[in-house]
Amino acid sequence: MTDGHFRQISFTINDRERRLRVDIRKSLAEVLREDLGLIGLKQGCGVGECGACSVMVDDVLVDSCIYLALWADGKQIRTVEGEARDGKPSKVQQAYVDEGAVQCGFCTPGFIMATTSFVEKCKGKNVSPGDIRKAHAGNLCRCTGYQNIFTAIEKSIESD
Amino acid sequence: MAVGKSVNRVDAMAKVTGRAKYTEDFYHPDMLVAKYFRSSIAHGRVTAINTKKAENLDGVHAVFTYKDVPENKFPTAGHPLALTEDHKDAADRLLLTRDVRFMGDEIAIVVAQNELVANEALKLIEVSYDEYQPLILPEDILEENARQIHEGSSNIVGEHTYTFGNDVDQAFEKADHVVEGSFRTAMVQHCHIENHISHAYMDDLDKIVIVSSTQIPHIARRIVGEVLNIPLSRIRVIKPFVGGGFGNKQDVILEPMVAFLTLKLNGRAVQINLSREECIIGTRTRHPFYIDVKTGVMNDGTIVARHMDAISITGAYASHGHSVAAAGGSKQSSLYPRAATSFHARTLYANTPVAGAMRAYGSPQIIYALECATEDAARKIGMDSVEFRLKNVARQGDINLLSGKEILSCGLADCLIKGRDFIGWGEKKKEYEKFKTGPVRKGLGLACLSYASGTYPVCVEIAGARIALNQDGTVHVMVGATEIGQGSDTVVAQMVAQTLSFPYENVLVVQAQDTDVTPFDTGAYASRQAYVVSNAVFRAATDLREKILDHAAVMTDIDVAGLDIVDGNIVDTRKSAQVMDMKTLAIDSFYHKERGCQLTAEASFKATTNAPVFGCTFVDITVNIPLCKIKINRMISVHDSGVIINPVQSGGQIHGGAFMGIGAALSEELLIDPKTGYIYNNNLLDYKFPTFTDVPPIHHDFVETFEPTSAYGNKALGEPPVISPPPAIRNAVLDATGLCINSLPLSPHTLFTAFKDHGLIDEKGGDNV
Amino acid sequence: MFDISSHKKAGSVKEAISLLKENPDAKLIAGGTDVLIKLREGKKQFSHLVDIHGLKELNFIKKDGDNTIVIGSGTVFSQVIESDIINTHIPMLVDAAQSVGGPQIRNIATIGGNICNGVTSADSASPLFALNAVVSVKGSKGSRDIPIADFYLGPGKVDLKHGDVLTAIKISSENHDHAFGCYYKYAMRNAMDIATIGCAVNLKTKNGRLQDYRIAFGVAGPVPMRCPRAENMARGQALSSRLIEDISQAVTKEVTPRTSWRASREFRLNIITELAKRATIKALKRAGEELP
Repeated sequence: MTDGHFRQISFTINDRERRLRVDIRKSLAEVLREDLGLIGLKQGCGVGECGACSVMVDDVLVDSCIYLALWADGKQIRTVEGEARDGKPSKVQQAYVDEGAVQCGFCTPGFIMATTSFVEKCKGKNVSPGDIRKAHAGNLCRCTGYQNIFTAIEKSIESD
Repeated sequence: MAVGKSVNRVDAMAKVTGRAKYTEDFYHPDMLVAKYFRSSIAHGRVTAINTKKAENLDGVHAVFTYKDVPENKFPTAGHPLALTEDHKDAADRLLLTRDVRFMGDEIAIVVAQNELVANEALKLIEVSYDEYQPLILPEDILEENARQIHEGSSNIVGEHTYTFGNDVDQAFEKADHVVEGSFRTAMVQHCHIENHISHAYMDDLDKIVIVSSTQIPHIARRIVGEVLNIPLSRIRVIKPFVGGGFGNKQDVILEPMVAFLTLKLNGRAVQINLSREECIIGTRTRHPFYIDVKTGVMNDGTIVARHMDAISITGAYASHGHSVAAAGGSKQSSLYPRAATSFHARTLYANTPVAGAMRAYGSPQIIYALECATEDAARKIGMDSVEFRLKNVARQGDINLLSGKEILSCGLADCLIKGRDFIGWGEKKKEYEKFKTGPVRKGLGLACLSYASGTYPVCVEIAGARIALNQDGTVHVMVGATEIGQGSDTVVAQMVAQTLSFPYENVLVVQAQDTDVTPFDTGAYASRQAYVVSNAVFRAATDLREKILDHAAVMTDIDVAGLDIVDGNIVDTRKSAQVMDMKTLAIDSFYHKERGCQLTAEASFKATTNAPVFGCTFVDITVNIPLCKIKINRMISVHDSGVIINPVQSGGQIHGGAFMGIGAALSEELLIDPKTGYIYNNNLLDYKFPTFTDVPPIHHDFVETFEPTSAYGNKALGEPPVISPPPAIRNAVLDATGLCINSLPLSPHTLFTAFKDHGLIDEKGGDNV
Repeated sequence: MFDISSHKKAGSVKEAISLLKENPDAKLIAGGTDVLIKLREGKKQFSHLVDIHGLKELNFIKKDGDNTIVIGSGTVFSQVIESDIINTHIPMLVDAAQSVGGPQIRNIATIGGNICNGVTSADSASPLFALNAVVSVKGSKGSRDIPIADFYLGPGKVDLKHGDVLTAIKISSENHDHAFGCYYKYAMRNAMDIATIGCAVNLKTKNGRLQDYRIAFGVAGPVPMRCPRAENMARGQALSSRLIEDISQAVTKEVTPRTSWRASREFRLNIITELAKRATIKALKRAGEELP
C-alpha cells in the first residue's frame, strides 16, 4: 500500500466536523465502520441492492457501500448513530420500536435513515401508501414482510 | 399480566439506534480475513492444485487446501447429538474437498490481511480438474449407472415410507373419485440480510473462542469439537445479535473452518464474512421437491385415502438431508388425521447447491402439494372449498395416528371460519363469476397448514433457564434459547414477568449467548423455543418466586402463605397491603450479615410432548393474462398457536412468514443451468425476493386455544406462516383461470407457458378475450 | 475495498478530458453505481479512475431559447423526477427515471452513465430513442452532437473514444412540444429490477389521427431500438382500438429479443405486444385523446 492511496478529506459526521486521511479505495461504508467505528450501518450485499448501509449525504439517502469515501469531502453525513438526541430516540426510531417494526434488526439502521429522509422530504405534503412503499423500495427486509415497518412510517409522518 | 400483552421488544431500542452489535461489529485489531477458493465446475475431481503464487503474494498469511485439513468427515446439520445410529445425520463433509460436488465447492482457503489481497490471491491459485457430467435432474441422478456423487454411498441419501389409518389401497378402491396431481417446488433461499459470518481466536494457548452468527451455539460447539478432535470444553461459542437465519444458520457452516484457521495461525483472529453471492450458492437452500399426490374422496366430501410420493433434492451434501422430507411428510397426520394415508419419500444427492433447513422444514413443499390436491378433490366433487376443509381437517380430540398422541388443542375450524368471513368468501365468489374470461380474471383461494412445536420424538427437546435477583430488585434471565430476531428474548421476559409477578421492565434477558455461560439449549429451530423453554422458564421462575417469598417471610415474620408478589412488590395478602418493595428485599438478601443469599433459580427441562399448530391463508387475487402477472388484492392468515404471548410481535411473525410465502409463490427461485450446474441469479437483484412495493397489506388473526403441555398455553408460531400462502395462491389462480398450474413459483414465465399451452395467450402474442 | 490503483478528481470537463488523455487506462466515474460494482467484481479495467462525481458543470436541466431541453449528463434520476421542466414537457422521462432501481440508486445514478453503459435495458434509453434525443460529446478535438440511435454501436458499446466525455442530452422542440409520451417498464418486481422489456411511446395527435408516432423498446434487441415500419404504418392513421392492435402486431416484426436465462424470446415478444398497447394508450390519454 503506497501513500498514494490516502487522501485528506474533511466532512461533518452527525454534526461534528472531522478531518480524516482516507484510503481512496474504501467505500463510505467502510470508512464509517472501520475508521470512525460507526457500526450502526450494516452491509448485506455490497452492491446497492439491499439498502442496509443507507446513510444520508447532504440530506440525500445513499447506499454507502457504493459511494466512495472520498466523495464525502465537504459534505454532511448522517448515520443512525446521530438520530437519537439527548438520550432520546428520534420520532422515527420511537415509531419503529412502538409498532413492532424491528425483528432481527439488521436492516433497521438503513430503514431508519430511509424513513428519516422520507419524512423530512415530504414534510407538509400528502403522502399515499404507494409513496411510502416506493420511498422504501431500496431497503430489503426479510423478517417483517414490511407490514409493521409500514405502520411505523405512517406514524413517523403524523404531525405531533 | 405480562403474557398476552404487546410489550416492546427487549432489544428494539438497541437496534433502532444502531447500538446492537452483530458478529461483524466486534473488532480485533489484528484480525485476518479468509476467503474460500471455490470450484468453477459442478462435478469432478481436482487433479492438481498450485497455490505457490498466492502464498507469495504480499499480505497473504497462509493458503490451505484439501490436503491440509482433517480427514474425518462430519455432518453439518444443527441437530442435537443422536444417541442411536438411525437418527444420525450423514457425515459427508470435509473442511475442504478434492471431490467437487457443486459449482462453488470449497477446495482451498486463503488467509490474508484484508479482503482485497485475499481476492487477488484467489486469482493466483491454479487448479485442474477431471470433469464429470453434472447430475442435476432426478432422472439422471437415479439412472442405474449414474456416478455416485459421494463415492461409496448411494445417490439416495434417505428413503422411508409410512402409512396410517385404514388400509390405503382398499380406501382408494372404495372412494367415489380418485384425483391425481404432480407438483414441483423450486430451490429458494433464505436471504437473511446478514450473510454468514464467523470469526475465531484463541484466549490462551488452547482455548478457541468463536463469535458467530448462528442459531445453534451449543451444537456448533459440539460439531467444531468433533471436526477438530478437541474437547468441547476448549471451545467457546459466542452468539451476538443475529441478522436473521430462517434455518440457514441451523447448520454448522463457517465455525469449524474459522476454528481450524485460528489453530493453524497460533490463535490469531481470523474471520470469514461471506459475500452475498457466496451466501446464496455456498450455504444452504430449500430442498426442491417433486411430488405426486393421489386423493380418494367420497361424494359427500370425505377424504378417505391419500397417497403421496416425494422426491427431495438435497444437493451436493446431505446437510439436513432426508430429515426435511420426513418432517414435512409427517404433518399430514395432524392436518388430515382421519384419511387413510401412505407416504413414500426419497432424498437425492445432486450436483447443486446444498439444501438444508429452511423455515418450516419440508412442510412448505409437502403441504403445498397436499393443499393443491385437496383443492382439486373439492372441485372434483363440486363442493365448496371451505366446507370441504371443514369436513376433513383436524379437530380437537382427533388422534394423530403417526405419533399416537391426541390433539389436545386445535382451532383450525375456527381459523377457517374467521378467514372465510374476513375475505368475504360468499359474496366475492359470486362477484368474481363475471371475471372468469377475458384478460383480467379474479379468484379466491385458500389453504390450510399444520406444523409442530419442536422435534420430539425425533430429537431430544431440552431447554434451560437461570434467573437471578439483582440488588435493585430486577432480575436477570439467562436462557439457552437463541434470539435471532424472532423475538424469543422478549417472550421469555414476558413469561418470567408473568410467573414472578414482576413488571416486564424489571426482567432483563441477557442477550448474547455464550456457551461458557448460558444454560444448555439446542437453539433456534423447529419453532420450538417459546414452547420448550416455557416449561424451563416456568420452573425456574416458580422456584425463584418461592425463594423470594421465603426470604420475605424471614424478614417480616409473616407466614409465607400470607405473602405474595404483586407488580414486583411484596404484599401481605390478608391485609391487602404492600409490605416492601423488591429492592428492599434484594438488598437484605445480599447484604444482611446473617440471613439470605443471592436469590437465584435454575431449571433445565426436557419436553416429551409436541403440540401441533394449525392455520390457514385466504387470498383474493387478480390475474392479468396478457401480462402474466398475479396481483394479490387481499390476503389473511389465521393461526392457532395456542395462547399468544405478544400479539404485535406474533403478528410480525405471520407477516414475515406470509411474505416469504408470497415470494416463494410468485417470484423466488434459484435458476440453475441443468447442463453445467451454474446458478444464474446469486444476488439480490436477480433473486427476486419481494421489495416493499411488491407485497400487499398482509392481514392476520388468531384463534387462541390453550395448549396444556405448554406452561403458558402457547404453541409454535415462527415457521408455520410461510406454509399456506403458496397453495392458497395456486388455488386462487385455479379459481380465476380454471388452470391447475402445479409448479412454483407462479412467476410470469410459469404463467406464460401455462396460458399459452391452454390457449389463453395465442401464438402471435395477442390474448384471447 | 475497491481495487483502485489511481484516482484523479476532475474539476471540470476540460480537466477530465486531459486527465483521460494522460492515462490511456483511465475510466470515468460519475454516480459510481456501475463502475464500483464492476470494481467489486474484480474488473481491473476500471482501476484507474477519473472522477467527475458531482461535477456542477454537468448537473443541470434547462430549456434553451429555441425550446430545446438540455439535460446535463451528471444529472441524477431523482433530479429528473423532481424537475419542473421535465415534468411539464417530457413526463415520459419521469416515468423512466422513477422506474430505475430504488431511491438510493436514483439519488446517485446519472442519466449520462445510464446511456454510456450501452446496455439495452437502460431505462432512460428507450424514451430518449423515442424523443430523437441528441447527445453532446466533448473530446480533446472539440464537441460533437450525435443522435442517440447512432450513439449506440452495439451491446455495451457506445460512440465514445478514449478521452471523450458525454456532457449533455438534448431534446429539441419538435420532439417534445405538443408531443405526449409514456414509458412502460415490465420487470419481475416493481422496484430494484432490470427491465424484461421497456417500451417508450412518443406521439402527436391531430383531429383524431396520429400525426406523429414513435415507439422504442429496450431489451427487444441488442441495443435500444425504434420500430420504424410500425411507426410509418401508424402515422396519419385515425385513432382506434384496431390501430393499437395493428401497432402491437407490427412491432413484433421488427424487434429481435433473445432468449436468456432471464426470459425467453417468446415471452418477451408477448410482453412487447402488450406494452406497445399499454404505452400507446397511456400516451394517448396524456394527449387527452380517448379511443372511439
